[in-house]
Order: sequence, then C-alpha cells, then structure tokens
Amino acid sequence: MARKPEKKKQEPETTGHSWDGIEEYNNPLPRWWLWIFYLTIIWGIGYTIAYPAWPLINGATPGLLGWSSRGEVAEEIQRFKEKNAEIEAKLASADLTRLSEDPELMSYAINAGAAVFRTNCIQCHGAGGQGAVGFPNLLDDDWLWGGDIESIAYTVRNGIRNETDDARYSEMPKFGEILEEEEIDQVVNYVLSISGQEYDAEQAALGAPIFEENCAACHGVDGKGNRDFGAPNLTDAIWLYGGDPETIKETVTYSRFGVMPAMGLRLSDAQVNAVAAYVHQLGGGE
Amino acid sequence: MWNVVKLVVLGLVTLAAAIAANYARDLAYQVHAIIVMLVAGGLFLWTVRRTDEPLPPPEPGYLDGVVRAGVIATAFWGIVGFLVGVFIAFQLAFPSLNFEWLQGYGNFGRLRPLHTSAVIFAFGGNALIATSFYVVQRTCATRLWGGNLAWFVFWGYQLFIVLAATGYLLGATQSKEYAEPEWYTDIWLTIVWVAYLAVFLGTIYRRKEPHIYVANWFYLAFIVTIAMLHIINNLSLPVSIFGSKSVQLFAGVQDAMVQWWYGHNAVGFLLTAGFLGMMYYFVPKQAERPVYSYKLSIIHFWALIFLYIWAGPHHLHYTALPDWATTLGMVFSVILWMPSWGGMINGLMTLSGAWDKLRTDPVIRMMVISIGFYGMSTFEGPMMSIRAVNSLSHYTDWTIGHVHSGALGWNGMITFGALYFLTPRLWGREGLYSLKLVNWHFWLATLGIVLYAASMWVSGIMEGLMWREVDANGFLVNSFADTVAAKFPMYVARALGGVFYLTGALIMCYNLWMTVRRSPAKAETPAMAPAE
Repeated sequence: MARKPEKKKQEPETTGHSWDGIEEYNNPLPRWWLWIFYLTIIWGIGYTIAYPAWPLINGATPGLLGWSSRGEVAEEIQRFKEKNAEIEAKLASADLTRLSEDPELMSYAINAGAAVFRTNCIQCHGAGGQGAVGFPNLLDDDWLWGGDIESIAYTVRNGIRNETDDARYSEMPKFGEILEEEEIDQVVNYVLSISGQEYDAEQAALGAPIFEENCAACHGVDGKGNRDFGAPNLTDAIWLYGGDPETIKETVTYSRFGVMPAMGLRLSDAQVNAVAAYVHQLGGGE
Repeated sequence: MWNVVKLVVLGLVTLAAAIAANYARDLAYQVHAIIVMLVAGGLFLWTVRRTDEPLPPPEPGYLDGVVRAGVIATAFWGIVGFLVGVFIAFQLAFPSLNFEWLQGYGNFGRLRPLHTSAVIFAFGGNALIATSFYVVQRTCATRLWGGNLAWFVFWGYQLFIVLAATGYLLGATQSKEYAEPEWYTDIWLTIVWVAYLAVFLGTIYRRKEPHIYVANWFYLAFIVTIAMLHIINNLSLPVSIFGSKSVQLFAGVQDAMVQWWYGHNAVGFLLTAGFLGMMYYFVPKQAERPVYSYKLSIIHFWALIFLYIWAGPHHLHYTALPDWATTLGMVFSVILWMPSWGGMINGLMTLSGAWDKLRTDPVIRMMVISIGFYGMSTFEGPMMSIRAVNSLSHYTDWTIGHVHSGALGWNGMITFGALYFLTPRLWGREGLYSLKLVNWHFWLATLGIVLYAASMWVSGIMEGLMWREVDANGFLVNSFADTVAAKFPMYVARALGGVFYLTGALIMCYNLWMTVRRSPAKAETPAMAPAE
C-alpha cells in the first residue's frame, strides 16, 4: 500500500501482515469493552443461580428465588381472584332484574361483561356490538328472542340452534320446496309491502293469502314477528340478512339457520350474568 | 470424457423430472419438476452443442466473472425483495390489497415468506456468496479453487431461490420461519452449499499468504454453521416422493426449539457473521486504513461464535419451553452484547484518522451508518431477550422494527457499500458514474429506515401495552381489534419508509448500470499479482 502514515501522534504498531493491502494494528482491547464483557459474564452467572437454569439429569436447577413463569401467571390470576371473590359470588347468584338496585354490583358487572364481550362475542357481533350480516345488532331495541335481561342471559348461556338441549330453537322451512317460484315472488312482494318498501301491488295482493297460510303462524298475521320462535319482525327496516327483494327471496326459498354457541359451556355463571348486564345496557335493553 | 458424464447425468435428471412432473400429486411439485426438467434439458442441449468446441484456455488471474454475476443477482433480488416488502406493508395497512383474484397466491400469508426469503437469502445470500468469492481470492492471493464449481454454486443457488419463491406462492411450505422450502428444495440447497464450502476451503487451502485474514474466518464460520443449521432444522420425511409435503422429524416444543435454534442463528451466522466478513474487507479497503485491533478481532470472533449458538431460546419466552432453557437463552444473549460490539468498534475505529472522508465519500458514509445500525440492533437484541422486556415486546411490531433496523440498516447498507466498491473494479471503470446519486441513495435509505424503525417502535410498544392493559378488577381493557385499529397510522408510515428505501435502491441500480455503461474505462487494468 502506497499510503505512509503521517507520524503526528504515536502510530500503533501493525501485526506485520498485509492482505491485499489491508494491515492490522496491534491495539489492545478497549478497557471499557473488556470490563462490560466481564460484568455481563458475572451477571450471567449470578442470574443462573437465582433463576431456573442449568439442566441436570432429571429436571434442572430450580434457582434460589423459586421463580417460574407459570407460577408468575398463576400468582397474578390468584391475586385478582381473591380480590374479586366476594363480588363474583354475589354476581353469580344475583337476581338480574334487580341488579340496578346495587350500583356497586352493577358497575362491576358491566366492566366484567365488557371484558367477556371483547374476548368472546365481538368475533360475530362486532367490536361495538353493531352486528354484521347474519349476526344481530345488539345496540338497537329489536330483539329476536327477547330483550329483557333474563332473556339475554338465557340466550348467552344456552345459545341458539346448537347441539345442546336447552338451546333456543326454531327452524324456518325451505319454501323453495313447498311453494312455486311464482308464489314466492308474490309473497316477497307482500313482505315488501308491509315493510314499507317499493312493491308490485298486483303481486303483493296475490301474496297476502300465501303469507297468511304459510308465514303468519310464526311471523304473525301482521308480520310483526314472534319471540317464542325467534321469528323476526318483518314490518320494520331492520334485517338480519338483508331486506332487498333478492335477499328476501333467497331467505324464503332456502331459509336461514343462524347458530350461536352455548356460551354457558365456557363461561362461569358470574360471567354470563355480567355479559348479559353489559349487553342489556348497550342501548336496547327492555 | 467429462462431457459424456455430464450429458448422461443431465439426461437422466431431465427424464426423472419429466416422470416426476407426470406423477406429481400437487401443483407446486409439478411446477418445480417442470422447472428442473427445463433447466436440465437446456443444459443438456447447451453441452451437446459445445462438445466439438476446443476448451478455451484458462484465463489468468482471479475468477471474477462469477463475482460480476453475483453483483447483478444481488441488485436484482434486492429490488424484488424490497418491492414485495413494500407491497405487503401496504397490504397490512390497507387489507383490500389482498385482491380477490389473487386469493391463494398473492395474499399476505403467501407473500410474506416470499419477502423474507427474497431479502435474506436471495439478496443477502447472493451478496455474501459474491463478496466472499471476491474477498477470499484477494486476501489469499490466489484464484478460486475448483474451476467452474464456483459457477455451479452461483447458478445452483439461483435455482434454489426460484424453487423456494415459486413454492411459497403455490403453497409448498414447511411453515417454519425462514426455513419454509420443502424437502427437495432443501436437499438441492445442501448440495449447492457443500460445493460452496468446497470452493471456499479449497481457495483458502491454496492461499499464498501465510495467515488467514479475519474476513475469511467470519465467512467460513457462516458457511459451516449455516450448513449445520440447515440440515438439522430440515430433517423431515416426504409423504410421497412425488409430492411436496413432508413431515418434520421433531414435534411439539422440540420442534419449536430446533426451529428457533435455527432461526436465531440464521440471523447470527448469515446476517451477522457473514456480513462482518464483508465489513472486515470493504471498510478498511474503502477507508484505506489498517484494521483497528487484531486482538479485538480474535476475541470478539471466538466469543461471538461460541455465544450466538445458545441464544435461540429467547424467541420462546413464556411458551411450553421449560424455564431453564429460556433462562440460558436470555443469559447468553446478554453476554453476547459486547462480543457483537467488538465488530462495531473494530469497524468504526478503523476510520480513526480518516474521519474527514465522511465528508467527501458517500460510500464510506454508507458503511459507517451501517456499522452504527449494527451496533444499535446488537444492543436492542440482547435487551429484548430479557424476560421482562420480552413479555412486552414479543409478538408485537417492536420485533419487526428490530429486525428491520438490523436488516435495512446493517445488512442493506453494508451490501450497498460493497456493491459501490465492487462495480467499478469488476468492470474496470475509473470510478462510480455519480457520487451525487450515491448521496441521494444514502439519504433516502437512512430516512426510510428511520421512518420504519420509529413507527414500529411506537406501534409495537403501544400494542404491547394495550394487550396487557387491565382495569382495577383485572379485566382486559382492549379487544384485539382495538389494537389493530390503533396501529393504522404507524402502518402507513412504515410502508412509506419502505417506499423511500426501495427508491434509494432503484437509484443505486441506475447508478451501477451507468457506471458499467458510461464511466470511462480504467487506463490499464493491472493484472493480478498473486504469488510473489
């Protein structure tokens, strides 16, 4: 290499080798570097004595502090369990209709219910309970199976159309197998007429007797629905699957079979009550 | 005679691949068999057509053709990898970019491994192979060992990349991070890698220098360890010889442990040790200064090699992995801090006495900032391996930010520096086409990294805090969807950082292209002067 070092300061020595012009100084290890390196080693030895670390033949050294990651989580859960034990017991056996008389229990139930809702319900009903196509909106006062707090708790606990015995159950027939397509078009027009949408008057008139014969048993003569069967009100502007003629026709032809799991299988009584209280106060509770 | 052997082998491979394509049980396997058939068949024809030609006399001097090809491949795959990265960053911010018509091929889940493998293995791997071939010849003062074996390594590696990348899009994956390619691709890479090791070791063995230069220690550690990691993490049994699916040898937590032993050391030996090899050659060359400390290079080399291999379990804090294993992983990671910084010190201090070059030479500036990011991420890494920190940072965007400050900052910038160094020399040019464009590249890339890292820190820490937030009664405050919604602005900022980085790389490619096309040729290319 052509470069000659300018001897301003004392140039450190090189090791004497040169590779493709690259030389190496023989500088010592930086002191601070070396000391921090030693310190981390000493800390490491100390840490492995304090915490579970060295593998032995059966198991490993447990560490002087007796710490374990599972123990840490269990402790944290236990702390809140103890703290909430009393009020949880109260909530589990509470009379939900009189919940509002106990403000402390009420506010606990709503907080707890919100947490349960965020973990278990928002997947279908949406982060704000606003619902989605096929999943009811929980913010309005239109209820399929009842909107008082005890009905809500029952729905949460047992679910809808699932495999459990106590689930809420009903099944709309596939009218595509019962009625002619022409008749379905007529009844769809009738439904459009009672829900205040644009309709073909001639067709709707023909649909009225069909409705009375086939649909009124569940949806009522006036089409206002029946909560005993979870039959929706057809006269308002709220639609679970959609209120346009095509979607109504699809619903009539093929029917729908929305399922909700029995949340009581995975939630405690207190949690079911809590989430019922939370949903009840979202806006539409009766 | 050699040609006859070659023709027989190529003919058999073509035939076998055709049969395999016919019996293929899945699309990915079929496409791969057809690719192999075309490549082998093409090589067969090429060999047949050249059988009569006399062998060209062996060119004197260093074997630089393969390095030139490697430089082109590095730049090409770099652009591909960055482009996919930018696209998937926008997919995260705007999910509608997971187009309906691309479902099953171009959605985030398929493109994400394409991005990581393209940047780590295609861009990084090609950079390492090309620079190691260049450096080992210069510092051993001898031509690459094995004749055309180096070309086999280069093209074999490109074939591996094509098989891996098409496999991801078509759904052939082992679902192991950074080790996604299926069994036959893994076997092919093993063959290529052994050839790479042979070329490298053969060259070192034939060296005309009494000592092995430090860069070569790092390159060798990288090649040997990657071979070991690759083989063990990919032990699996194919379900069918005519299908891409295979079953892993290890199961459950053992599989997780082996995977992260591999995953962390892919970072440690490919992205750290290998690139340190690069740094140890190109920084002193570009600065024209001696390496700061020989002693430091020995100590930090051996400490790094010894410690890195134990650090994997820190990826599995608070999982089914026993506590003792994660403690050891964490402790070794923290002790690794200073050995990692040894490389940074040696790199930065090499510039002492040449700091003025930072003002005039944007290539040096690129190398310095790369060493800076190296130091930053090798501090951040040990810190994030500490259990208490990890309980906040794990599974959040902080991890993504950490990886990218290392990958974009350290690996990317040092590679750009090396490409700027190599191109004029390999193509016999006076210098780069435009230093001003290098400067533009430098600032765009730096700004891109800052945007990227800063947005991911904010989003990661915010996300971690939101996940763990509980109210006075111990109830979770946020739903998962809340945290996703809150990250949106950071996702946009991150994608923008990616755009900056990609733009810088495109400018580099233009500059390198123009260097080859337009820069005045060097007056007299001095013949190599090995072996005095």
